Amino acid sequence: MGSLPFVLPFAELEVGKHLYWQLGNLRIHGQVFMTSWIVIGALLALVVVGTKKMERDPRGVQNLLEFLWDYIRDLARTQIGEKVYRDWMPFIGTLFLFIFVSNWGGALVPWRLIHLPSGELGAPTADINTTVALALLVSLSYFYAGLSNKGLRYFEYYVHPTPIMLPFKIVEDFTKPLSLSFRLFGNILADELVVAVLVFLVPLVLPIPVMFLGLFTSAIQALIFATLAAYYIGEAVEEHH
Amino acid sequence: MDSITTAASVVAAGLAVGLGAIGPGIGQGSAAQGAVEGIARQPEAEGKIRGTLLLSFAFMESLTIYGLVVALVLLFANPFAG
Repeated sequence: MGSLPFVLPFAELEVGKHLYWQLGNLRIHGQVFMTSWIVIGALLALVVVGTKKMERDPRGVQNLLEFLWDYIRDLARTQIGEKVYRDWMPFIGTLFLFIFVSNWGGALVPWRLIHLPSGELGAPTADINTTVALALLVSLSYFYAGLSNKGLRYFEYYVHPTPIMLPFKIVEDFTKPLSLSFRLFGNILADELVVAVLVFLVPLVLPIPVMFLGLFTSAIQALIFATLAAYYIGEAVEEHH
Repeated sequence: MDSITTAASVVAAGLAVGLGAIGPGIGQGSAAQGAVEGIARQPEAEGKIRGTLLLSFAFMESLTIYGLVVALVLLFANPFAG
């Protein structure tokens, strides 16, 4: 990473500046860890509160959790298929909820009020390292799903209609995580940038509709990431005849 | 970083987003056209069409976002800043 070529005057926008923590030989982005832990904590708290006193007629948080469960189950079942969707529902659900809460947390919580020595708090998914990690997890899990369900017959998928497809399918294995991670990272960072630029230009009223648009695209991106992850897993476990 | 590299990076960043927006723009237009025709023909399917349309919009939009990522790399993390 080079240094900033020139100082742009928008608000306190700090792209490419991080709060570095030294961990052995690694320099890690501290602000991403802090916000990820907050997101994980919030999700855990929600689930613990919602499942503490379960009733037959769900109310309040339990109702919300059951709605989420239904939503994620439908998503996993349509993409992965009736047979193995149960094994992958927790993974898909975790991806969806983590990305969704990260995106909305980055947009809704006024992180600017907390000052860091360097960098700024924001959505963990606006950092390329987070999204690449999530995308690689998806890659590993669809390989695992294919190999554990079909054994070595999984590799038939690479030559499935004709062997001419082999190079394309191999390239696809690399482009899948690339496009997954870039799509999420780019969209979330773009939302933050657009809002920051508008706040700099017109600090009143005008940024509000753009903020709502940002919330909407953030939610859609979480849905797309989870849907694509489920689709890739479904593709790997599908039986060819 | 010398001024030629800066100028080239800024021009390239502008072009990356601008050219990258052309294709998805046309694509989103034709997708919206199809959706409107579908709703006009079958107004009761509006909810389903809207959901699918928004999902496919997000896919098309991510193509522009790839251009934006390139532009952001050129502006904020330029590998040729040397």
